[in-house]
Amino acid sequence: MNTYRFLSLLVLVALLLGGCGGQAKSEEVNLYAWSEYVPQTLLDSFTEQTGIKVNYDAYSSNEELLAKLQAGASGYDLIIPSDYIVDIMINQGMLLELDFNAIPNFQNIGDAFKDLEFDPGNKYTVPYQWGTSCLVVDTEQVTRPITRWADLWDPEFAGKIVLLDDEREVMGMVLAVLGYDNNSIDPAQLEEARAKLLELMPSVRLFDSDSPKTALLAGEVWIGQTWNGEAAIAHGENPAIDYIIPEEGCNMWYDNLAIPTDAPHADAALTLIDFILSPEASVLITEEFPYSNPNTAALELLSTENSDMYDAYMGFTATNPSPQDMERLYMIHDLGDATAMWDRIWTEVKSGE
Amino acid sequence: MSEKKPSLGLRIYSVLAFAYIYMPILLLMIFSFNSQKLNIRWEGFTLHWYGELFRDQAVLLAVRNTLIIAIISTVVATVIGTLAALALQRYRFPGYNLSESLLYIPVIIPEVVMGISLLVFFVQAGIRLGLLTIALSHIAFCIPFVALVVRARLHGFDKSIEEAAMDLGANEITTFWRVTLPTIMPGVMAGAMLAFTLSLDDYVITYFTAGPGSTTLPLRVFSMVRFAVTPEVNALSTLWVLTVFIILGLGQILQRKQT
Amino acid sequence: MSTTPEKGSRNFVAAVLSRLREDPSAQGLALVSPTLLYLLIFMILPLIMVVVISFLSRGTYGDIEFNLNLGNYVRLIDPLYLRVLSYSIKTAALTTIITILVGYPLAYYIARVPARQRSRLLFLILVPFWTNFIIRIYAWIMILRTEGILNNLLASLGIINTPLYILYTPLAVQIAMVYEFLPFMVLPLYTSLEKIENAQLEAAADLGARPWRAFLRVTLPLSIPGMIAGSILVFIPAMGMFVVPDLMGGAKSVLIGNLIRNQFLTARDWPFGSAASMLLLLLTLAVTLIYTRKAGFGEDLLV
Repeated sequence: MNTYRFLSLLVLVALLLGGCGGQAKSEEVNLYAWSEYVPQTLLDSFTEQTGIKVNYDAYSSNEELLAKLQAGASGYDLIIPSDYIVDIMINQGMLLELDFNAIPNFQNIGDAFKDLEFDPGNKYTVPYQWGTSCLVVDTEQVTRPITRWADLWDPEFAGKIVLLDDEREVMGMVLAVLGYDNNSIDPAQLEEARAKLLELMPSVRLFDSDSPKTALLAGEVWIGQTWNGEAAIAHGENPAIDYIIPEEGCNMWYDNLAIPTDAPHADAALTLIDFILSPEASVLITEEFPYSNPNTAALELLSTENSDMYDAYMGFTATNPSPQDMERLYMIHDLGDATAMWDRIWTEVKSGE
Repeated sequence: MSEKKPSLGLRIYSVLAFAYIYMPILLLMIFSFNSQKLNIRWEGFTLHWYGELFRDQAVLLAVRNTLIIAIISTVVATVIGTLAALALQRYRFPGYNLSESLLYIPVIIPEVVMGISLLVFFVQAGIRLGLLTIALSHIAFCIPFVALVVRARLHGFDKSIEEAAMDLGANEITTFWRVTLPTIMPGVMAGAMLAFTLSLDDYVITYFTAGPGSTTLPLRVFSMVRFAVTPEVNALSTLWVLTVFIILGLGQILQRKQT
Repeated sequence: MSTTPEKGSRNFVAAVLSRLREDPSAQGLALVSPTLLYLLIFMILPLIMVVVISFLSRGTYGDIEFNLNLGNYVRLIDPLYLRVLSYSIKTAALTTIITILVGYPLAYYIARVPARQRSRLLFLILVPFWTNFIIRIYAWIMILRTEGILNNLLASLGIINTPLYILYTPLAVQIAMVYEFLPFMVLPLYTSLEKIENAQLEAAADLGARPWRAFLRVTLPLSIPGMIAGSILVFIPAMGMFVVPDLMGGAKSVLIGNLIRNQFLTARDWPFGSAASMLLLLLTLAVTLIYTRKAGFGEDLLV
């Protein structure tokens, strides 16, 4: 091979290797989060203010985040794990303890969202957004009032149901319908849940955790289980789409900002966390993505800056459940060794058994 | 094959078959101009999304990454694969059968298995996930495809030219460089094109071996469509296809000019 | 001036080179060694690691515990997982058969048009595959959904009154799978069809065979190598597919690809997932061996 080409190749390879995470201290920070979750406007504003560049990579599930981190060698500085994953990560020593002197904006978080059960005393995390995964209904197609998950089993909805493609969400819901704990590891209860879910299968048109709103808006399904954010977007396109916290209750989740122990730019990550908690930045999140915001200062700012959006936020169950609704909400906990049992049942049901 | 022209039935069938192949692509292109963001129904015509595309840093980064990886993988895999093809097609040596089987394993192995095994390997070896690990993975599955194509080209190769060159005093290396390589070049190029295509569109293996800042286009598109298949994504695909069409088309025209 | 080690190493290199010059099998080994080395490090070694993990156990938090046991393999010998496997095989087999049926006439047509047009047509078949795989699938969702292009078209032509429910059914999955794999079948088929000598067909005609008989008795058997090569290129990847069945089928079934992916993600049971991966790999190897016993890998078709 001629010398020139060989040298160019070497240079190219060297550039590549150089570009792989060996930068000078804290001129950048590696963010790893759900896609469509952190507004680009927020990140641009951060870079403007601090000069720190943000690399935003996306994962499509909490488990993917966990798998990549557990495999080691991840190189991420700031992650946004959900509640039960935080629990696992803390137990495995994967998270850095936060220095709250560097995060004065933590005071903006509502008290109801501090000191949550998966991270007592907020040693490792601060809340980012929260939400629910409950019942969604297209009221144009379904004219009678729906208040319970149990209604899904009504033959009227055959082939018209969308469910999340998530065994913890779906089986948790079925357990709740049967009156059991949504994290049950009792084999007898799980067996009942399996049979009950199997009954529902013919009515399920699709499982979709990515974009369940698409099937709703396209008229493929009339009713089902989605994330509150998806429901809010769908509601925005079609006001007939309603979101309900059922009688049996449904899942509440918290997503939290955290720093992995092996983060190469932990100091920049702390700066970013504090920035995100400021009302000016946090309000950007609510303006762009319709989840529930635990940041009271941000919501106050929204009410003065954009009262229409504030009213819409406050007025819709997906973004702002009532106190009575809140009492019915439950959370997902890690199943530990029982995970295999749940996984097996999920495989069975999807295989038609 | 026979000089007789294909029957009407066959011609109609082929038109239908090409319609089947192109319908989704045309749809893709049309809906890149849709003004509805969720792209579920046609709302109105706009060029807005093409503008969005060029402002989208994440996508531009992904394009850059994808091209870098594809070029590196192609170059390395083509060199190594061509050498292997020469070895297998022309020589006999101890371990021949083993080498041949080894070479074809990446063709057979399910992508998900290969991806997972590479993830495990890189982690155990302490290599940080990123562009390097993706490139290393791509090279692994490209080598056999290059070797296959080049071997096919070597199949009917007439050695007498080489022997003539050697008789005239050229040593092995000169012979290879001046005689053999130019002759098998079409095969090598074909192999390189195949490797490039495979690397460009790879999703599963890249999924497992990517790290911070090394998102490739297929990965980026996949996370973009999680929200919805916005017209921006369609715009990206449209531009991609048109670019490739133009480049390959030009290549064909140039080739014809040469002959 | 020149120190002994330098001279010694130069001698060594000279010795190796002269050995290479004389011994053809050494030349062969030298040429193939970069490939061997690369694949040994980046394919065999990783696979060995997965094999090792398949003999370990899952810890309570989804980490890996180092105690060698056959637990995962015992767990796999279960009607449920065999069912998952057989469903994957059935889907892949169906895709392969349909691809042959759809692709054969197309390949035949291309093999019979004037030579100049052939490469153009083949090129046209490949161009769509330069778009992104995921987008192509989503385009099909747009076409096949209840208020999608196909239903709108059929309704406006008056062919149907109520929309066809194609999306999120096995039919939709097959339509998309065949779409994805068509070029992999058409290209090898075309290659073997193109090689069929005029002379053979003319001989058949001379001997009084009508066109259909000539096809059945001459063309078809001679195109079998192409069918086999195409079948390998379709069946093997189709067996591990899960993205298309999930997106087009509504994620209502579990294929072996889903199972493996679930183990590495949701269930966080890497050992069990590794064992399932080994199962898939062994199956793939078995199928390949059966096929290639008949006609090699078909490299001669790629000319």
